Amino acid sequence: MMLHQNRPLVSDEASKPSAPEVVQRTADPVATGAEHPETAPLSMHDVTVAYHRKPVLWDVDFDAPEGHLIGIVGPNGAGKSTLLKAVLDLVPRVSGIVTIFGRPYRTQRQRVGYVPQRESVDWDFPVSALDVVTMGRYGRIGWFKPVGRADKEAAHAALDRVGMADYAKRQISQLSGGQQQRVFLARALAQEADLYLMDEPFAGVDAATEKAIIRILQELREKRRTVLVVHHDLQTVPEYFDHVVLLNMRVVAQGPTSEVFTPENLRKTYGGRLTLLEEAAHAIKRGGHG
Amino acid sequence: MSELLSMVQWQTLDTWIVVVGALCGMSCALLGTFLVLRRMSMMGDAISHAVLPGLAIAFLVAGSRGSLVMLVGAGVVGLLTAVFTQWIHRAGRVDEGASMGVVFTVLFAIGLILIVHVAEHGSDELGRAAGVDLDPRCVLQGALEMVHLYPVTLFGVSAPRAFWITAAVFIANVAIVALLYKELKISAFDPALATSLGISADWMHYLLMTLVAITTVVAFESVGSILVIAMLIVPAAAAHLLTDRLGSMLGLAMIIAVIAAVTGHWSAINVPSWVGFDGQSASTAGMIAVVSGLVFSLALLLAPRRGIVSQILNRLALSVRVAREDALGLLLRAEERGGTLTPTELRGAVRATGAGSGAVSWALHQLQRQQLVRHDSGRLQLTVAGKARATELLRSHRLWETYVEEHFHLPTDHVHGPAERLEHVTDPALRERLADTLANPTHDPHGRPIPPNDAT
Repeated sequence: MMLHQNRPLVSDEASKPSAPEVVQRTADPVATGAEHPETAPLSMHDVTVAYHRKPVLWDVDFDAPEGHLIGIVGPNGAGKSTLLKAVLDLVPRVSGIVTIFGRPYRTQRQRVGYVPQRESVDWDFPVSALDVVTMGRYGRIGWFKPVGRADKEAAHAALDRVGMADYAKRQISQLSGGQQQRVFLARALAQEADLYLMDEPFAGVDAATEKAIIRILQELREKRRTVLVVHHDLQTVPEYFDHVVLLNMRVVAQGPTSEVFTPENLRKTYGGRLTLLEEAAHAIKRGGHG
Repeated sequence: MSELLSMVQWQTLDTWIVVVGALCGMSCALLGTFLVLRRMSMMGDAISHAVLPGLAIAFLVAGSRGSLVMLVGAGVVGLLTAVFTQWIHRAGRVDEGASMGVVFTVLFAIGLILIVHVAEHGSDELGRAAGVDLDPRCVLQGALEMVHLYPVTLFGVSAPRAFWITAAVFIANVAIVALLYKELKISAFDPALATSLGISADWMHYLLMTLVAITTVVAFESVGSILVIAMLIVPAAAAHLLTDRLGSMLGLAMIIAVIAAVTGHWSAINVPSWVGFDGQSASTAGMIAVVSGLVFSLALLLAPRRGIVSQILNRLALSVRVAREDALGLLLRAEERGGTLTPTELRGAVRATGAGSGAVSWALHQLQRQQLVRHDSGRLQLTVAGKARATELLRSHRLWETYVEEHFHLPTDHVHGPAERLEHVTDPALRERLADTLANPTHDPHGRPIPPNDAT
């Protein structure tokens, strides 16, 4: 595994306990951020993920700057959802290191909020909208303990913030697609995290919901939260995101939207011809079956 | 005299049968709720078969049919079933149902071989003990009717052995579900979020499967392997139809299990004599399953929102409302042209929009009863209230025609259809937003006037 010269110690970070000044959350937001990459909200180094020997993510190197709205853009099957799942330890990594504010994810669970794809759950499940939002608090509540009044209130406040307070008691199958997505967003808000990972929060929602969601994401950014959003609609990327990651199995380009979101880079990301890497991946797949 | 005897029998034996059946049923319903919600209903089936080698090995190792040994054996093999299934599913890229099928049939076969081996080579006492478990009748139906044959005294109380075991398992299940309620809930609803929060959905899955295995083995002895599936799945599936909260689903599933146990045993005693088998009784376990099935059918028919009847009623109510609104609109349009309609003409015109004749008759009846339409010397006329309502509908209709033409560039003769459907779902707020969007047009694409908002 190659080491990057500007971050020579990064491979040691997972094993050795981080230095105290790295761990501590700085009260002054200006003191944190991009100038300290080792305390970046999210730092991925040489991350490779494979499903059954077929690589899905290859050598992903990425530092999320603090307090930004970051769009993850790429064609279908580019590994966008997998990237989020790799951060959350939901899929095994073949190699590479992921740190959240300089430490492994398993020690930082409470600082990360997750919005999975809406289709990933059964909306016929017998729970109310408020129940679903309350689930965002389960990590804080801890094992065996029942949901307390304070957590119910936090969940209510989160529902209110996405304009769904009137629907708290509705069973979730009685909500429209946009309302379901708002409930998912409220659940992430109830997590009160510093880093949010959202998997297509705009998929299948109405225009009003899309506007409402983006407004909430912008509020999060104003509070210096970092938000990563898997996004499909290229049209709205420059409007919604100040940073962008162009992903097609590997990171094609990353940086401020104004610099990175160029036709040239998009062609590289979505390009019709197979890249050498993809050809190699196909070869590996064929080898795996042979 | 014989009636008196059967009364006495009810007190001593039948109560225990019902109590044990109900405890089994409630334990199964509790876990079955999570199986149904995780769409893993067949996992209960798989595990109830796969535990057989666990029982055989536990028997070989311990040399006894002691309950605790059997439960440990069942628990271990149940867990292995879940782990193997998951592993084959993931590593072999085999469909989860298929990998379940592979694992449980292989384990079941191993169990059969082991038990036959014990029967042939074990000591006579052991052999017979194992052989009893394999009596097909016993495996299928259990021996609920014989619960009273093995009394055990605990805490100074003499009760059937099966009672103590099922009660202990029930209490354990209740305690675990209560303690891990939110963990079970989130890992059933959203495994990815649960795992990301540190509540490993995989471990919760294995815990649930171990509980299913232990509960299954206990129920196995009383109600047989086939009926365990009925107890695991049917009350939970019925409860799912009846409620939309997890807590009440768990409670309802347990209530249904108790109803099934009581009614099932009662009908096992009584139903055979109704159909001409005097002096015999049917298998209680079988009747419990039949009653569970009946409760499920009733729920499927009559459930408040998801039931078949309520869905039919909703559809009927909707079609009557649409017919009513169409009738009002047709009368107003006739008035616009300076005419009126006879009941037969109106009926025909509403039927032409696609309404059934029953719905149309009922709609016209309602309109007259609500005094929106007056029957006057063979002609139908709108009352003042009827005209107001009809004007609203016409306004919605013509606004939608304008909107559809403007936004979808449809030819004028294609805008009536969409507007016709949309007018029935348009409330006043939506109607005025529509008018605002269109900058309050006065005429529709056909050149007909759109009634103003204050016309009412």
